[in-house]
Order: sequence, then structure tokens, then C-alpha cells
Amino acid sequence: MSNKKNWPLWEVFIRSKNGLSHKHAGSLHAADAEMAIENARDVYTRRNEGVSIWVVESQHITASSPNQSESLFDPANDKVYRHPTFYNLPDEVKHM
Amino acid sequence: MKSCIFAYKHKAILPSASQSFYDNMKEPNQHTFEDQFQARIDAEERIEPKDWMPEKYRKTLIRQISQHAHSEIVGMLPEGNWVTRAPSLRRKVALLAKVQDEAGHGLYLYGAAETLGAERDDLLDELHTGKAKYSSIFNYPTLSWADIGAIGWLVDGAAIMNQVPLCRCSYGPYARAMVRVCKEESFHQRQGYEIMLTLARGSEAQKQMAQDALNRWWWPSLMMFGPSDKDSKHTAQSMAWKIKRFTNDELRQRFVDITAPQAEFLGLTIPDEDLRYNAETGHYEFGAINWDEFWQVVSGDGPCNRQRLKARRKAHEEGAWVRDAAVAYAEKRRQRKAAAAQQQQVA
Amino acid sequence: MTLTEAKFEYLLRLGDNALILGHRLSEWCGHGPILEQDIAITNIALDQVGQARSLLQYAAEVEGKGRSEDDLAYTRDVMQFRNLLLVEQPNEDFAYTIVRQFLFDNFNFLLHQALTQSKDEHLRAIAEKSLKEITYHLRYSSEWMIRLGDGTEESHQKMQTALDDLFIYSGELTSPDEVDQQMHEAGIGPDLDRLKPAYDQKVKDILAEATLQLPEVKYMQSGGKDGRMHTEHLGFILAELQFVQRAYPGMEW
Repeated sequence: MSNKKNWPLWEVFIRSKNGLSHKHAGSLHAADAEMAIENARDVYTRRNEGVSIWVVESQHITASSPNQSESLFDPANDKVYRHPTFYNLPDEVKHM
Repeated sequence: MKSCIFAYKHKAILPSASQSFYDNMKEPNQHTFEDQFQARIDAEERIEPKDWMPEKYRKTLIRQISQHAHSEIVGMLPEGNWVTRAPSLRRKVALLAKVQDEAGHGLYLYGAAETLGAERDDLLDELHTGKAKYSSIFNYPTLSWADIGAIGWLVDGAAIMNQVPLCRCSYGPYARAMVRVCKEESFHQRQGYEIMLTLARGSEAQKQMAQDALNRWWWPSLMMFGPSDKDSKHTAQSMAWKIKRFTNDELRQRFVDITAPQAEFLGLTIPDEDLRYNAETGHYEFGAINWDEFWQVVSGDGPCNRQRLKARRKAHEEGAWVRDAAVAYAEKRRQRKAAAAQQQQVA
Repeated sequence: MTLTEAKFEYLLRLGDNALILGHRLSEWCGHGPILEQDIAITNIALDQVGQARSLLQYAAEVEGKGRSEDDLAYTRDVMQFRNLLLVEQPNEDFAYTIVRQFLFDNFNFLLHQALTQSKDEHLRAIAEKSLKEITYHLRYSSEWMIRLGDGTEESHQKMQTALDDLFIYSGELTSPDEVDQQMHEAGIGPDLDRLKPAYDQKVKDILAEATLQLPEVKYMQSGGKDGRMHTEHLGFILAELQFVQRAYPGMEW
């Protein structure tokens, strides 16, 4: 029987074509980084979904916590001056 | 995106299990949490792994997602049974690719369950010990090549009907996995129907083979939607949580409505004397399902339950040394690299 | 043998290797040691059955008797198959599967690399496409040779046993016969004698890294590719592969 040393979990990010950024595709198990890349290739690019793969062991990802999301993200809500629509220009002004 | 998709570092996401969760905040009571949670669901917001969720929601999801994952990998067996006997090379690659997709789907789904803090190995243990359920349909044998056609047409057809609404499930990772699954499954049903069509237009023996397969797979396919609404213990809560979008009976009816004309096109007869189209309702009426058979198969006494579990256990047990060796080698290599780096530092 | 006859034989060899090994690998589908590897092995199986289709189609075309890829795959008997003995050996366990794969991929890679220079345009096109797949197969099987050879005590033992059993079938791969010679002279195929050093070197390198011992072999088995001999396993492969076509001859499926 196995001594229960499982393959760690990896997160897979795929660039679907050059010009686009890598996007989270899902996760998988692999014993090491090389295998994780190969498994990602076999699992997540069977239908030409990718031209580049990133893998990172899930345990190395630090995520923001939802119970801080109000303090992290809500303060940006009222900073409307960061958006172009905040500024009033007459319609005659073009290319702006 | 407000919340992140990665829960693994933060398995303790539940108020009951996490002290740090309450750090720097007043403790609202459980009731408020649940109300807020339900309000988010009602507003069609998606729930992500690290968000607060009722323990029962988490458990329901782990149960449903893992059952779904188990169904995918057990489902590889009846069709895999014909991979080596597919009657042409074109059929062989198509079937192989389809069964491989099912492995992929199992993998996506185990991944979704893992975002809820479950471990794939524990889930597999539950499957192997018979504790976990999986779709009863895969406990029926595949006896002829036509069964591969029937499975693609009926079983995948039923599965798609079940799965499409799950793309809008309230739990983000499950919904995303299902989007991928549904996209990939679109060829599965066509593959099956094409096989049936070829047989139905073939020799007398081939037609007979196709009819026989329909006879054996029709009723089990209807059972795939689960018990009738009045007997389904999970439906109401799952509907409220938007894990489920339609009831078992609604989906079953839709399946019959869509499939009956397809059988007619094939020139095959659905084995149900009570099946008839009701022009008033616009639906097909169909005969009574043998629920005794359903419960018998679900509780482990179907034609192939034992063989299926045995095959899964065997693969897992015989793979143990391979998995262990890969871990051992990765560890060795890591140590060698570290040692080499240290040596370089000394030098 | 006329050049056309020799070319037909040669294409059968290539096609049958891909078909039989693809078939063997497809037996793993649903039974792999872990989900990720189930998918990986099936990918290789799909590549190989795909290659088999292109090659057998072309073989049928060269033969010019109106046969199809399926006629060739499904209606020939054991003695008409031209695959290497190595590829018909049973899966046994993951160790045998990996060793068989590595011994074959190593050869198949060198062969296809050379075939991309073939004077036969059609074969060259097939080889160019296949070479990309085979490059990946070789990488995969080499890595697993090392991983399992240098993994645990148990995995090391299993790999050595598999290697000891299978190595006797590796001689046939790089030993040229008349057909190989004729193809070489026509500029269609490579000189196998010239592939051999690279083959042996790669085996040596990978075994060293995998901490495995090169078996001492007094006599190499052969006969698969020239149709003199097969192992008893091939008959059972065909019994499964051809069952439907044999039971219901001449139908569309």
C-alpha cells in the first residue's frame, strides 16, 4: 500500500495565443514541476487551447481574504476621477 | 475579481473552524451570515472558495462534485471495454479520445472539490470503499459495439441535459469546470448518434444490434436523472442554493421530448408501450420507471457494480508504487539540487 | 523484391508498429496509475493510432489493390503483420510499459528524424508531422525511465526486471535487413547501421541516469518486421482488434 505521500496540487495557467496573458485553467497533481508542465499539456491543451503554460504549486499562492475585501476593494469605488467619463468635454472635440 | 480562487492555503474558511476569521471584526451571529449568503445567491452572485459558506452548502457540494467526478472515471470503464475492439481505426481514435475526455472531466471535477478543502485521495478512498455513490448507469454492461453508440447518444445526451444548467451553478469553480466539460462533451453525443445511424442504415444484423442496445440502455438512461421529485431528498435545498437549477423530473421530461424524435429518425423503437406524444401539452408521456431496479443498482447490486469498483481499486492499488516512486524521485532531485547549490556557495 | 513491393513492406512495418503499440497503450485507458498519467498514456496512444492510419493508408495506396487502412488493420492475420516483436509485448505493469516505450521511442525518434530527409515526398510529410509527436513521446518515456529507475527500491526493482525481459527484443530495431537496405539505396529510408550508435548511446545515458543495469544479452530475438516470426501475444491482440470485423465481415461501422 501507498504510504500516502500524495502528489502535490498545482495551479495551471495557459496562454491561449501570443498577445494574450496567461489565464487560470484549473489544477492538477504532479510530483514535480516538469511533470506538472507535461500533465498540464496533456490535460488542458488537448484541443489547441494553449501556446504557453505556467504551473505553480498551489501552496505557494497567497490569496487575499474575502473578509478583507471591503477594505481592500471598496475604497476604489468612489474614485470616479480615475475614469475618462468623469470629465466633461463637448462633443465637437474629437479623438480624446 | 474580488475574491480569489485559491482556497488551499485557507482551508479554514468556515466560522466554526476558523478563529482568525473573526480577527478584527465583530462577530455577527450565524443567522446573519446565512441570510447574507442566501442574499448573494439570490442576486446570482457566484460563491468562490474562500467566501463564507454554510457548512451544509460546502458538504453538499463536495458530495455532489465528487459523485460527479467518480461517475466520470467509473464511466470510463464500460466504454473502455470496447476501445480495443472498436471496428475501425476512425472509431477507435474517436472512442479513445472520448474516454480520455472523461478522465479529464473527472480531473477537473476533483479539482473543483479540492477548492472546498477535500483531498482527491480521500475522495477516491470513499469511492473504493463503496462509501461514495456514482451514476448508476455505469453499472450496466457494454455487450456489443452498438452499446458504444447507445451510450454516446443516450447516456451522454442525458448527462449533457444534467450538466448544462450546472454551468450556472452558484459555486464558481464547479460552474467553471462544467463550462469546460460541456464544451468538450459536445462531440460525445454526436459520436454516439453517428454510430447508431451507421448501424441503423446497415445490415439486418447491425439494425438488430442497435435496437438491442436501445432496449437495454433506454430505461437506465431515464434513471440517470435521479429519483422522482417527490422522493428526492436533496432537491429543494439544492434548488434554493442554485446548485441545481431544474428538478430531476423536469430534466427527465426534457430528455424524453428531445430523444424520442431522434429514435424515430433512426427507425428504432423505444422500449416503452406507453410512450406517446401529447399534442396538447407538447410533451411526450412515458411509462412508469422501475424504481426498484434503480435503488437496487444505486445500493450496489447492479449487474456490474462489483466489477467496476474492483477495476478502480485495482488501478489505484497497482499504481501506488508508481506514484510513490515519482514522489521519492522528486524529493531526491530536490535534495541533490540543494546540495549542489550549497557546494557552490562553499566554493 | 521490386521497389514498390519493398516500399509496401516498409510502410507496413512503420504502420504496424504504430498500430500495435497504440493498441497496447490504449489498453491502459481507464486503468492508469493516476488520472494524470491515464490521460498522458492515452495521448500517446492517440498519436500512434493516428500515425498508423496515415501510414497504412499510404501503404494501401502503394500496394494499389484497392485496400483501405481498415482492410490492412482488420483483415490480415498474424503472419502478415510486420511490426517489431517489442511493440506487441504485453503491458504487464507500468514498468514494462515505460521500458517498452522508451526502447521503441528512442529508435522511432532517430528513424523519423531520418525519414524527414526521405526522397519519398508522402512519407517525408508523414514523418515531419509524426516527429513532433515522437519527440514528446521520447521525452516522456525517458523521464519516466529515470523517475522510476531512480525512485524507490521497489520501482527500481520493477524497472530492472522489465528491462531484463524486454531488452532481447531491442536488437531487431536497428538491425537492417533486405527491405531496409533496399529503402536505404532508394533514398527512402535511413541506413539503420548508422542509427545504431546513437540508439545505443541514448540507452546508455538514460540507463545510467536511471541507475539501471544494461542487461547482458547473448541472443536477440527477431523476426517481427520481416515476417518470419511473432510472439504468441500478437494473435490475442488481433483477436480483440479484429473481432467485430471478423464476426460481421464487409460491413460499414
